[in-house]
Amino acid sequence: MDFLKKYPSLPAFIATLLIFTLAVTFLSEAYGTGAISTSFVKTLGKTLCLALVAISMDLVWGYTGILSLGHFAFFGLGGYMIGMWLMFARTKLIVVESMAAADIPATALEIKDAVGTQIFGVVGSSDFPLVWMFAHSFWAQIALVVLVPGLLALVFGWLAFRSRVTGVYLSILTQAMTLALSLYLFQNDSGLRGNNGLSGLQNLPGLDAVSQDAVSIWFFWASAFALLVTYLIANFVVSGKFGSVIRGIRDDEARVRFLGYSVEGFKLFVFVLTAIIAGIGGALYYPQAGIINPAEIAPIASIYLAVWVAIGGRGRIYGAVIGAGVVSLVSTYFTGGQAPNINLGFYTIKWVDWWQVLLGLSFVLVTLFAPKGIGGLFDLISGRLSPDRKGAPLGPDQGSLREEEAEQ
Amino acid sequence: MIRRILAACLVFLTLALTAQAQDRTIQDVLQEHAEAIVKSSRTTIGPAIEAVANSGQPSAQTVLQKWQNKDMWQWSENGFFYAATVAGSDVTLTDFDTGETVAIVSKGDVTQLKPNSGIRAMIGAALVQFQLNDPDAERRREALLAIQRDGEASHLAPLRASIENEDNPEIKALKEVTERLLTISFDKDDARRIAAIKGFTSSLSLDARAALNPVLSAKLVYAEDLPETANIKREIKPGSEALSVRDAFALMVSAGAATAQPTISERKSALSEHIVDGKVGGIPVTELISQEARDHAYQALASEGFVAAFDPAFSMEAAVKGVRFAEVYDEPSAAVTDAAQETLHTINRAVGFNQFLDLSLDGLSLASIYFLAAIGLAITFGVMGVINMAHGEFIMMGAYTGYVVQQIIPDYTVSILVAIPMAFALTFAAGVAMERLIIRWLYNRPLETLLATFGVSIALQQIAKNIFGTQARPLTSPGWLDGALVFNDVLAISYIRIAIFVLALVFLGIFLFIMKKTRLGLETRAVTQNPRMAASMGINPDRVNMLTFGLGSGIAGVAGVAIGLYAKVTSEMGTDYIVQSFMTVVVGGVGNIWGTLLGALGIGFLQKGIEWFNPSNTLAAQTYMIIFIIIFIQFRPKGIIALKGRAAGD
Amino acid sequence: MEVKTKLKATLATALFASTAMASAAFAECPVKVGVLHSLSGTMAISETTLKDTMLMLIDEQNAKGGVLGCQIEAVVVDPASDWPLFAEKARELLTVHNVDVMFGNWTSVSRKSVLPVIEELNGLLFYPVQYEGEESSKNVFYTGAAPNQQAIPATDYFLDELGVEKFALLGTDYVYPRTTNNILESYLKSKGIAAEDIFVNYTPFGHSDWSKIVSDVVALGADGKKVGVISTINGDANIGFYKELAAAGISADDIPVVAFSVGEEELSGLDTSNLVGHLAAWNYFQSAESDLNAEFIAAWKAKMGEERVTNDPMEAHYIGFNMWVNAVEAAGSTDVDAVRTAMYGQEFPNLTGGTAVMNVNHHLSKPVLIGEIQADGQFDIISQTAEVPGDAWTDFLPESAVLMSDWKDLGCGMYNTETKTCVQIKSNY
Repeated sequence: MDFLKKYPSLPAFIATLLIFTLAVTFLSEAYGTGAISTSFVKTLGKTLCLALVAISMDLVWGYTGILSLGHFAFFGLGGYMIGMWLMFARTKLIVVESMAAADIPATALEIKDAVGTQIFGVVGSSDFPLVWMFAHSFWAQIALVVLVPGLLALVFGWLAFRSRVTGVYLSILTQAMTLALSLYLFQNDSGLRGNNGLSGLQNLPGLDAVSQDAVSIWFFWASAFALLVTYLIANFVVSGKFGSVIRGIRDDEARVRFLGYSVEGFKLFVFVLTAIIAGIGGALYYPQAGIINPAEIAPIASIYLAVWVAIGGRGRIYGAVIGAGVVSLVSTYFTGGQAPNINLGFYTIKWVDWWQVLLGLSFVLVTLFAPKGIGGLFDLISGRLSPDRKGAPLGPDQGSLREEEAEQ
Repeated sequence: MIRRILAACLVFLTLALTAQAQDRTIQDVLQEHAEAIVKSSRTTIGPAIEAVANSGQPSAQTVLQKWQNKDMWQWSENGFFYAATVAGSDVTLTDFDTGETVAIVSKGDVTQLKPNSGIRAMIGAALVQFQLNDPDAERRREALLAIQRDGEASHLAPLRASIENEDNPEIKALKEVTERLLTISFDKDDARRIAAIKGFTSSLSLDARAALNPVLSAKLVYAEDLPETANIKREIKPGSEALSVRDAFALMVSAGAATAQPTISERKSALSEHIVDGKVGGIPVTELISQEARDHAYQALASEGFVAAFDPAFSMEAAVKGVRFAEVYDEPSAAVTDAAQETLHTINRAVGFNQFLDLSLDGLSLASIYFLAAIGLAITFGVMGVINMAHGEFIMMGAYTGYVVQQIIPDYTVSILVAIPMAFALTFAAGVAMERLIIRWLYNRPLETLLATFGVSIALQQIAKNIFGTQARPLTSPGWLDGALVFNDVLAISYIRIAIFVLALVFLGIFLFIMKKTRLGLETRAVTQNPRMAASMGINPDRVNMLTFGLGSGIAGVAGVAIGLYAKVTSEMGTDYIVQSFMTVVVGGVGNIWGTLLGALGIGFLQKGIEWFNPSNTLAAQTYMIIFIIIFIQFRPKGIIALKGRAAGD
Repeated sequence: MEVKTKLKATLATALFASTAMASAAFAECPVKVGVLHSLSGTMAISETTLKDTMLMLIDEQNAKGGVLGCQIEAVVVDPASDWPLFAEKARELLTVHNVDVMFGNWTSVSRKSVLPVIEELNGLLFYPVQYEGEESSKNVFYTGAAPNQQAIPATDYFLDELGVEKFALLGTDYVYPRTTNNILESYLKSKGIAAEDIFVNYTPFGHSDWSKIVSDVVALGADGKKVGVISTINGDANIGFYKELAAAGISADDIPVVAFSVGEEELSGLDTSNLVGHLAAWNYFQSAESDLNAEFIAAWKAKMGEERVTNDPMEAHYIGFNMWVNAVEAAGSTDVDAVRTAMYGQEFPNLTGGTAVMNVNHHLSKPVLIGEIQADGQFDIISQTAEVPGDAWTDFLPESAVLMSDWKDLGCGMYNTETKTCVQIKSNY
């Protein structure tokens, strides 16, 4: 019972996720009635991955108070790492098959050259850059999915936290990092095919016979499972003493430091952990999307991530999941052209044109009037309303959610 | 016998032609070459231009000029060529010889001849002989420019002859320079050429370099059997930067001094040609999965004499060792090349210095653009501490204001003068509105200001797209800002950039004046340092914040007009500047305008510097600059000029 | 007469099919055409024009009685300039809306994103934009120019007609300029231009600070060789580039610039009076004089407004759509494989005169036009070649010189003529 008291939202979340997964499976084209098209299964699977990265954003922003505008960079890096293996392995199969038809069997070097020509021909090169060193090995690239975002976060975080860059400065700095990374990847010289990025990632090597209907469901399951594990980890991290310390850092960094905690260490831990989670999310997302290119990493993507978390409700993990799910699905609905136009007589509102305006304004409104986001609705239901303080200030740093959290 | 007949024919023909030339018209000449003229290709047009130019007809010059200006048309009825003027769908045809109107026909019956710019240049070169002594000075200048562009040996004599009688001193000087350029390239007399070359010592003219460099053109050769007379630039050792071992060996092969070994792919195709019963040279094909195995099989084939020999121990290094290679000038005279080398050396030094100045000007110009984009932010972010992600969209609003004003007021000068205050007023109002509606409620939550203003930013961007479309809109600068201030052929800067630089200075001045000398500035400083204390002194912090924010936004709007003039006006132009502007403010040090200035200068010069190191990849320059800034902030988190004491707001 | 009997036969079959087996692949009314162009995001302006072109063409065809006796219904979706979304929307078009054919894409990266989906589901796509080549998919017809239909002829023009000896290849940093410049570099070297006489520069999308690059280009003239600029600069960045060029006083006589991505639409954002004489190479210019073109422009202006211009990708859609309609009529079905077979050898008149032919490598034979920019933002056509067949795999890069594409007889889009083997049937994106 203690366990449930500690994590009140857990059973509800697990049950919802389970029912959702089963429902999608039984309505899918591969394993069910076919009521949900494969393309929508992919959309749902991708949304789960976005929820995953939203959780990491919530941990780092909602709980630790670091508004990182760089978590989509980690997400993208994870995607690139898995994408390299997918491209390499798939291309190698094609090359080996085509070379088997030649009179003289190919040497290992010839196969490698041919794979290089196939992959990099599109950017006018044929040599493997150094970064593709481990691309032949599935397990090495899987390790890199965790290592590359983790190491980047470690180095960047260590430098930034060490020199006590905080608040908006840190946000700008993380944004600069994202911009630098995307500009770097845009260059063809970066060795990751520049603007074209890595494509055809939905075709798993050696599984040509399996239709995308099935593959999409597999990835959906994997994403759901990863989301579940992340949810558990995140709940574990924010509960207990560790959770109290990071919330303390969010509310008043100096006081926590004076209490003798290594603020930098805690921040760094959360930053790196969330970068790794984001990386894993990316590694699951991009094989479903089919293509990754530097535009995915552009700073605006990371700002949108913050938007999702803010709309869903910061400082509660299910809030992040709700925010990511709602905003990305609604966005798909409106930009998909399905939303009916509204005819005002003198002007027809086309949602394709006005959706961005609506999103921007709703975002302003949420920030101003509903700082707790959609997640705040659950408070209404459970009756945990904010205490009426008759206008008295919240405490040393306004805007924190300390009082509610004290009850937990 | 045949030769004699031919000779007789030729004589007859020449006689006939000269006889005919008396009553020939220019139209006949054109008709003779009608096919080439209509085909209008530079590779075949030469004889036609020459024939017209050398026809001796008085109208030759007119024909060439009309032709060059695309005013020559062909009438489909008789295939004749006429000068033509177009009015609506009617074309008036004028005969070249008589100058009389031949007919007025509809456009469908005539075809305009459209010589491409290559042909136009050839016509220009042919026109030189007529124009060098033309009474119109402008024509003479055109002729000289044509020579500088496409000089020919045949221009030298008429040019020299025309110098003496030239009365316009400016054109005379130009003629003399042009004469020296032609002398370097075409004169037969070495002493004259050397004198001409020496005349260009330390000259910055591009044409001087363009004349000197070809004199010094050299090529790499295999030098073992070089004639004594060769004008050798230098001997080169293979394996150096100038000559790789592979290239050196290739030179030897092409000189016949060595035989090339079969390459890997040649060996492979030889193998596949000699497969017998699944075996090559006795080795089963399936075993040929390594290069060693293939070489082995190839050796076996070679030993049986089926294929060219291949020595696996062969080394190119050994083959080229001790062999002489040299760079040899195409120009035979060593005296000329020495003089050119010496002159070019002085030129390069001067050019290098001027290139450095030019790069500095570029850096300064970029810095002033960054500064202009960031100065509004220096107020809203630097002074007030408000993160305004919609700053870029205020810049965009200013630029679109400029565009709209230009649609209403056609005069570019007036429209710009109107657009600047309009842009200020509009973005000032937008800034005030945003401050009152959004930012005021979030002063204690800076991170959320960032997100809320971001919401405004994407909404504004989309609204601009809905109104103006995503295609770039023209914002044209007035005529007096066209062109560039040219110091010499290396050092130049466009007037529009100078205007932006001046504007940046003006705004720096305005900013300093408002902050240091006005009541508003005093109040702003007070409110930002301690709002409660300021309020208790009778200052209304709400009003001050509103005005300050409006001021910052208004300046962004004016910056938008300037940026739109030099680059482009699109709904997404704001995003190009927002990150850069934040960097500028943060690097410089928040809360200090001089810091912002230093930040802009630092970033501008740094970016140009990186571009100079890596000229082929501008994207890399931007990437490395941002990385550099990230590292810089790690070590100086408060920027170049850090505020001390409580004002830092930390 | 023959057409009539054919039509009758088709109708009869259709009737039979609908009564006997309702699931027959053809003549299922209405025939659905998917339009996959971004209507929002950065590519919206270019692609929205093409969406409108498609709607206009479909309306015109419906007025003529549609195809196979069916009306054509356009299914328009918005991939929002988001490359992964292109794949998602293509899947949606093919599986949810069951379209018979798709017309769409602008950027190469969006095409690469769509490729795996249409190859998996055996869809059919008409791609209307000039691109870098090095691709031939069984399921795509490329109605835009391959490099040998735009870049190579323009370079020849520089070499032969303008006598350019030194080249500055300026491009935006993405795949089309990169690949095109690689092909051009190797082509120029084969024409005897030394490596040091080729200057290459890449700038980011939307680049605006061109002063350094323009002065670098001017400085190239220092060794007395005529300099020419081949520009693959994309979109907005052109504005800053041309403004700087004009400010530096570089006339087309000194340093000519030929652009592959600047058309009538792009010039409408610029004051062109200082750019007169600079060049662009396309397969179509609005200023082409022919009756068909006059008709097309009139129809476009009537639909969209007087100030709108036409451009090259619009003509590509015009040819592609009409060829598809004819192929469907010839095949008597909208079945992808039948239509594809019927496409080979399809002929349709170009708007610029002459006839476009669809080749077995899925590329068109089209004439190449070179135009000089005029003060009114239009182009003066100064050179027009005969029809050039599009080459999927360029002959000027060693790796692809040995490759060819023949979907009709060899059934292979990447056939190695040296080893006589098919490298791959499905694309490797």
